[in-house]
Amino acid sequence: MKERLSVAFVAERQIPPAPPPAKTGGVVGWLRENLFSGIFNTVATLLSFAFVAYVLASVVPWLFLDSVWNASSLQECRKIDDGACLAVINERFLQFVFGFYPDGLRWRPVLAFALMFIAIWPALFASAPRKLLIFTGLYPLLAYWLIWGGSFWGPVGVLAGPVLGWACVRWLPGLMRGWLDERLVFLAAVGVGLLATVLWWLFGVTVFDDTLSAVLAVDLDSVESARLGGFLLSTIIGVSGIVGSLPVGIVLALGRQSNLLIIKACCVGFIEFIRGVPLITLLFVAWLLLAYFLPPGTEFDLILRVVIMVTAFASAYMAEVIRGGLAALPVGQYEAADSLGLDYWKSMQLIILPQALKVSIPGIVNTFIGLFKDTTLVIVIGLLDPVGLLQPIRADQNWNGIVWELYGFIALFFFIFCFAMSRYSMHLERNLDVGHR
Amino acid sequence: MTVAATEWDEERRSMTASSEIAVEITGMNKWFGEFHVLRDINLTVYRGERIVVCGPSGSGKSTLIRCINALESHQTGSIVVEGTALSSDIKNIDRIRSEVGMCFQHFNLFPHLSVLENCTLAPIWVRREPKKDAEDRAQYFLDRVKIGDQALKYPGQLSGGQQQRVAIARSLCMQPRIMLFDEPTSALDPEMIKEVLDVMVDLVETGMTMMVVTHEMGFARQVAHRVIFMDEGQIVEQNEPETFFNNPQSDRTKLFLSQILSH
Repeated sequence: MKERLSVAFVAERQIPPAPPPAKTGGVVGWLRENLFSGIFNTVATLLSFAFVAYVLASVVPWLFLDSVWNASSLQECRKIDDGACLAVINERFLQFVFGFYPDGLRWRPVLAFALMFIAIWPALFASAPRKLLIFTGLYPLLAYWLIWGGSFWGPVGVLAGPVLGWACVRWLPGLMRGWLDERLVFLAAVGVGLLATVLWWLFGVTVFDDTLSAVLAVDLDSVESARLGGFLLSTIIGVSGIVGSLPVGIVLALGRQSNLLIIKACCVGFIEFIRGVPLITLLFVAWLLLAYFLPPGTEFDLILRVVIMVTAFASAYMAEVIRGGLAALPVGQYEAADSLGLDYWKSMQLIILPQALKVSIPGIVNTFIGLFKDTTLVIVIGLLDPVGLLQPIRADQNWNGIVWELYGFIALFFFIFCFAMSRYSMHLERNLDVGHR
Repeated sequence: MTVAATEWDEERRSMTASSEIAVEITGMNKWFGEFHVLRDINLTVYRGERIVVCGPSGSGKSTLIRCINALESHQTGSIVVEGTALSSDIKNIDRIRSEVGMCFQHFNLFPHLSVLENCTLAPIWVRREPKKDAEDRAQYFLDRVKIGDQALKYPGQLSGGQQQRVAIARSLCMQPRIMLFDEPTSALDPEMIKEVLDVMVDLVETGMTMMVVTHEMGFARQVAHRVIFMDEGQIVEQNEPETFFNNPQSDRTKLFLSQILSH
């Protein structure tokens, strides 16, 4: 060492930012980085390409080039070409979609399905006009009326129940204020409101319906639940379950965190019970046992019972997913909300839930997708969902022996729905990401 | 304590701008489980008074100021804030909280809301102000903490010092009568501590009643009317900053000061 190195150093100029070297950018850079970054990766890439090519080479001709769309039986298909016999789907398509829904009335579920997109638009996308949310709120009753038919005044009567309850909560406290403790007034009004709603549903709706029908009858031909089937049935159960399980799950998750012992115990009990029991068991309960517990003479539609059970089942899982989201929030968020004087419900609505739900999106959508696919289990209680419709088709002499085409078609239907949900959840996560940390 | 509480109060009354009481804590005790975290706290804070609370970690200083807006509940004794006694009544607690602003060590901004929304949320939802008024005032306070041009950004896009200044503005938007600061600069890089302290000094000029838990002894010397030293859950010594730093009385205080001032 000739000379002592000096430790003192002062930068003479600021170094301006420069673009990265060409090798690492662009298409070539990407290929090099991701597919051919070493011997092992190169071999793996080539093997994967070979595998994909092999699969496509057998699937594409079978499904597209050699497939048969028009034939009246499997034998006829085989005579025409040796690809997929899609004629069976061509022939039974409407049955797959509607089940045994009466021919002339099929525009009604189609209309309901189309309107569903308008109803969910404002719920899914913030850019939609907010006023549409009113339509979203009314949609379930409208869809019910379109699909099951009957008197228009029935659903209106059902809607009148909560309105009545709300009116009680809104106006009763003013009347009771004089002779009851301030906090009891509100509780009492809520209690009376709930009671009024339930009593109205049990006894008022029929009278309301009959009276108004006598004045002005607005009827659609009614369709029995037994005639609903296929994708229509899957969609009804799936969508109702999804829409119902999120709010119920939120309430259960908040209840589970509650300081009030009884509320907490009820929520924990419900969640643990439902999670501990297979869905099929619950469906059997809906099918067989519920009838014993209900007062004699009450008509309780089987599909409605199934929807309730599926919703209860999914909401227990939902509650645990959301509890995870709540647990992920730093305690400082609760404290900041408290310190600004926000009460419990406002801090939940404005601060805690928006963040907890955002964190939980992947889990929530996971539960939705699971629920949607679980709707195929209704086959065990005799409802004809798409899988349930396969039995009669495969038993048909003409189509005896056909497997791949039918199951593939049903799989495709579920895949489209579930993939759409998955994409939407990713879109939502991206949109809600506002640079945390 | 070198000065008896009553004598101290007499003296204080002449020194501060006001003789009106902002916070009065009498015989307050608090336990975390079996652990006696606050022991017989007696403290009167006058309007316009600025108090710095210091002490080693675990001495209960944060817990003390968190009791004032009921983030922690106390078990015995009483706390009266601006004439309202803290009880378990939720309405009382919410009213006190909307009068008492609080800044936290880790800022605790709402990350899903923009800076402006952070500031307008409580005025709109708690005070039920029109959105326009709330936004105007938020913008005023954001300008005041010198961050007005960042109003539409999200907290995650700001530096720690900027976030803490937003947190101060957020509290001020509720137009509180008392501001509590719980180690507002402890989580900040040295370069950012000054910008936050500057904002707090600016706040001092408005005559705000302030209680500050901090290790910034320079700040304490500069603005505090009174410095309180806590150890093991009790108030060990309190005095004007000048006397407190130059002539501490208790051995525990001397030890503490020698340790934090030596580096």
